[in-house]
Amino acid sequence: MKSKWNNFKNFLITRFIFLNGIISIIVLTVILIFLVYNSIKFFSSYPIFDFLTGTRWSPTSTEKFGLLPLLTGSTLITVGAIIIALPLGIGAAIYIGELAPRAVRETLKPIIEILATIPSVVIGFIGIQLIVPIIKRAFSLPIGLTALAGSIMLAFMSLPTIISISEDAINAVPVKFRHASLALGATKWETTYRVVVPAAKSGIVASIMLGLGRIVGETMTVLMVTGNSPRIVFSWLQPVRTITATIAAEMGETVRGGLHFSSLFAIGLVLFIITFLINFIADRFIGRIRKM
Amino acid sequence: MKKRYLQQKIFYGLLLFCTLIVVAFVLGIILFLIIKGARAISFNFIFGSPENGMREGGIFPAILGTLYLMLGTIIFALPIGIFAAIYINEYAGKSKITRIIRLSIINMSGVPSVVFGLFGLGFFVLFLRFGKSILAGSLTLALMILPIIITSTEEALKSVSDTYRQASLALGATKWQTIYKVVLPQALPGIITGSVIGIGRAAGETAPIIFTVAAFSQPGLPKSIFDQAMALPYHLYVLATQVTNPPEDMQWGTALVLLLLVLFFSVIGSIIRVRQRLKKRELS
Repeated sequence: MKSKWNNFKNFLITRFIFLNGIISIIVLTVILIFLVYNSIKFFSSYPIFDFLTGTRWSPTSTEKFGLLPLLTGSTLITVGAIIIALPLGIGAAIYIGELAPRAVRETLKPIIEILATIPSVVIGFIGIQLIVPIIKRAFSLPIGLTALAGSIMLAFMSLPTIISISEDAINAVPVKFRHASLALGATKWETTYRVVVPAAKSGIVASIMLGLGRIVGETMTVLMVTGNSPRIVFSWLQPVRTITATIAAEMGETVRGGLHFSSLFAIGLVLFIITFLINFIADRFIGRIRKM
Repeated sequence: MKKRYLQQKIFYGLLLFCTLIVVAFVLGIILFLIIKGARAISFNFIFGSPENGMREGGIFPAILGTLYLMLGTIIFALPIGIFAAIYINEYAGKSKITRIIRLSIINMSGVPSVVFGLFGLGFFVLFLRFGKSILAGSLTLALMILPIIITSTEEALKSVSDTYRQASLALGATKWQTIYKVVLPQALPGIITGSVIGIGRAAGETAPIIFTVAAFSQPGLPKSIFDQAMALPYHLYVLATQVTNPPEDMQWGTALVLLLLVLFFSVIGSIIRVRQRLKKRELS
């Protein structure tokens, strides 16, 4: 009798645990369904072609929902951030992974981890207080809230990801590779950049992709420092508006269920797809490190 | 020959320079926050309410709101996250579904926080009719930190040696009894580390709470989980961008309190992790 009850109890527990186990699949699916459902509502009254090719985003005055200004805004900031983060991140990762003495490494790593924990709204605040005025003065602009300010702040926000994963990849390169190279008469630096870095390549690429994902999805910092002007511009010294900032800035003012409301879900879907692809690629490259 | 060593010196210098820029940025931020923020910190600032359109007074309702949200978040995220990790590590084995679960956890942690906010608004606030409330905000944040809790719990479960499981099963315990009485206690420090890091993350997030819980300002404190609440990160955002001419001290003070709160949790998490690592080294 008792063992029957135990069996039943085990069965229930197993089912319950299974349900929790697939929670991530459920959540991801429900999020996607929600975004798609609201986007379909939007596209039923606003042509998808006009959305994808529209050059104006002015939801309240003229009801124009063109994605391009937001997409160029996000792209401009992302490209700028990567240009800044790439040399800094890989440089720091090589220094920490290859050159730094143990004690230095153990001090540097927590400092960089702290950067990862600083809330994005604090980074945005620092941007407004310290970086924006410098940009304004340095380029004698009427206003310092620019794409450049966003790129700089986002670059630093992506650095912890880039540095820690690149460094892991560099550490994963077998020591015998280095020994072989040094034995052939290469200098330490030649060994680093001709042997170690190429061997760690897929990890470094993965770190950049993950950093990219963080940059593209970041909201508060860009909302605070980039000036929020949804116009198509191709200069880092102009104010811009990203997809993320648009959602955060406009969601509060929309009529629930209206066209503007559902348009924000549509750009949310675009954002979801972009970050999904970036993470998917990153995961591919991470898989390759494990195999090494 | 000399040229090659000169080259090495130049590049080493550049690498060091890159590292120094990053370090200077982090230390600079913290230094500025401490120096400028400390001026604002006073008893009235921490325990007082905002006054005169947020230009005077304190930030207590925002601190309290954030504490409520952290508590709510962990109440929802912890059990689900632990059970999810138990399924993945103890039950699932290496099946196709584990691969899909793993992929969706990775993707979930890559979903931008503002998309979680959008979803929280659509699902919890409107569809389930929780309204803009502590409940809706906590649930939204809980979903966001689930990947952290699941991954860290899974790591902790993995580190429990199989001999414990075998010994327990050999004594006639069921699988669940083994997990509940033998495996989980062993994995506890790892689970706590993950939770602490998770709540710290939830405390600092702004985008997911703007539409689901955050109040611009509020008369009195929230009384139930269906009330809106002020929150530190949103309050800082409001002070920095929405209020006209707020005193600088108040902004820096709010930023410092938020940073300290988040750092506090991440430091505790690190301490537990390091102690655990040392203990393991002693054992082996």
